[in-house]
Amino acid sequence: MSDLTRLTAVEIAGLVAGGETSAVEVTQAHLDRIAAVDDRVRAFLHVDTDGALAAARAVDERRAAGEELGPLAGVPVAVKDVLTTKGVPTTVGSKILEGWRPPYDSTIVQRLRDAGTVMLGKTNMDEFAMGSSTEYSAYGATHNPWDLDRIPGGSGGGSAAALAAYEAPLAIGSDTGGSIRQPGAVTGTVGAKPTYGGTSRYGLVAFSSSLDTPGPCARTVLDAALLHQAIGGHDPRDSTSIPAPVPDVVAAARLGATGDLTGVKLGVVTEFSGEGAEPGVLAAFRESVDTLAKLGAEIVEVSCPHFRYALPAYYLIAPSECSSNLARFDGVRFGLRVGDDGNRSLEEVMQLTREAGFGPEVKRRIMIGTYALSSGYYDAYYGQAQKVRTLITRDFTAAFERVDALISPTTPFVAFPLGARTSDPYQMYLADLYTIPTNLYGGPGISVPCGLSDGLPVGLQVMAPTMADDRMYRVAAALESAVGTLTPPAL
Amino acid sequence: MAAISREEVAHLARLSRLAVTEEELDTFAGQLDVILQAVAQVGEVAAADIPPTSHSVPLTNVLRDDVVVPGLTPAEALSGAPDAEEQRFRVPRILDEDVAS
Repeated sequence: MSDLTRLTAVEIAGLVAGGETSAVEVTQAHLDRIAAVDDRVRAFLHVDTDGALAAARAVDERRAAGEELGPLAGVPVAVKDVLTTKGVPTTVGSKILEGWRPPYDSTIVQRLRDAGTVMLGKTNMDEFAMGSSTEYSAYGATHNPWDLDRIPGGSGGGSAAALAAYEAPLAIGSDTGGSIRQPGAVTGTVGAKPTYGGTSRYGLVAFSSSLDTPGPCARTVLDAALLHQAIGGHDPRDSTSIPAPVPDVVAAARLGATGDLTGVKLGVVTEFSGEGAEPGVLAAFRESVDTLAKLGAEIVEVSCPHFRYALPAYYLIAPSECSSNLARFDGVRFGLRVGDDGNRSLEEVMQLTREAGFGPEVKRRIMIGTYALSSGYYDAYYGQAQKVRTLITRDFTAAFERVDALISPTTPFVAFPLGARTSDPYQMYLADLYTIPTNLYGGPGISVPCGLSDGLPVGLQVMAPTMADDRMYRVAAALESAVGTLTPPAL
Repeated sequence: MAAISREEVAHLARLSRLAVTEEELDTFAGQLDVILQAVAQVGEVAAADIPPTSHSVPLTNVLRDDVVVPGLTPAEALSGAPDAEEQRFRVPRILDEDVAS
């Protein structure tokens, strides 16, 4: 195995810029690694070998011409299959978009290209980003590199597994209820959900538009910050994009790496640090809290009484928005069409197309959303969930008057065995118990490895106020400086 | 008591334009019941005077300058369509046969 796949993005960019290796060499090393291990990990739905090598050659040519390269030039990146990529298949893990080659790039992918990163391919995910294990992908599950019989988290399990398997040093995810942070936690990698509106949704296939947030995944906090900086910032093509610069997350990660948290006040969320989590997860979390205190942080306990209603509120709001968003999959403009025999009506073809193209979890959520939005139930379900969303936001606002950031375990349990939760959809939902409040509030959250439980990674979550993404990077980098990065067993 | 009946699930499937099978109806009825009973917990919160939040970013009417910019060509826009004809998306018939004839 080539050493190049073990390097951080910062190290790779330095070697490429200094001419000690070429972007083509780096890219080829990662393509070789994918060829060697991905039949077991199954992180990728599509590997764009030609596109990746062409992008790498372009970086090498720019360097040869004496051009100044950006901080991530020549670094390979894996992209979750939820983002459109011009001419490169984009399936969202669904049969309904099988074979679709979008005619345009998402803003995130455009910015990755502008930064000189090299896109290796598209990663596996739960269909339409609905799930916590990638088992709801229409193309089969991804396997956790720590234990191939276990889930890599979801929905962005492909991106997280690609990092943990050293198939890519950087990856892009999207986080609607925890789909970046929970896979990060269970694969021992770093995953950050930016402030909602801090990263563009243009070209992100919509699941729940008021919650969907693309963001960075990496093996180190600084790499995640550099990727965040590269993809973030205002986008006129997204009407919910915040017209303000990205907080200086890179400087914050560097500051945190000094291991000094003097003057930083952290709140342990009472509701998320007691019952409900596995003992091993709680033990690793509590040890990390002690570590953060040793680094100088002041630790207090903060109660957020409405957080316990976040999961039920989320599973009304997200399905409601999904039932509306997924109406666009009608077998007319893109993707699958089933049953068009010249006799059947448009409506019949639509019903057959959606029945064949969507998997069970997507169907469940569309129906739950349709139910919650129907006239007789709107006030009791969707309307009430929106009010609970207000109360959760107020819990955050009140907490941030007392502390700089909140901390909790990222997820209640470590990676569970494949198949353990698929028969009971609600058991799967519990994986996102601790990550969902942040999405409802719209603030940023990051998961950083904080230890092991029975040989499996545990993540610590840092939650910060909206547009204070830099704070969470500082805390996460400080913890990383004390705990170190986690290395999975050899594949 | 069940929060939702098999007949209601069948109705939801029709509204959702999903031609679900009888077997799926059996499975979904039980699963949706569990989910709906769980999410009904939001009803425990006293929130009568609380304003709803639909969105976390307080932005309204984001407008761009009315300037023509290049868009997709017709060929690009139709490139993913299951069926196209004369630069248009071709759809199955939309009227009943006796109405159309």
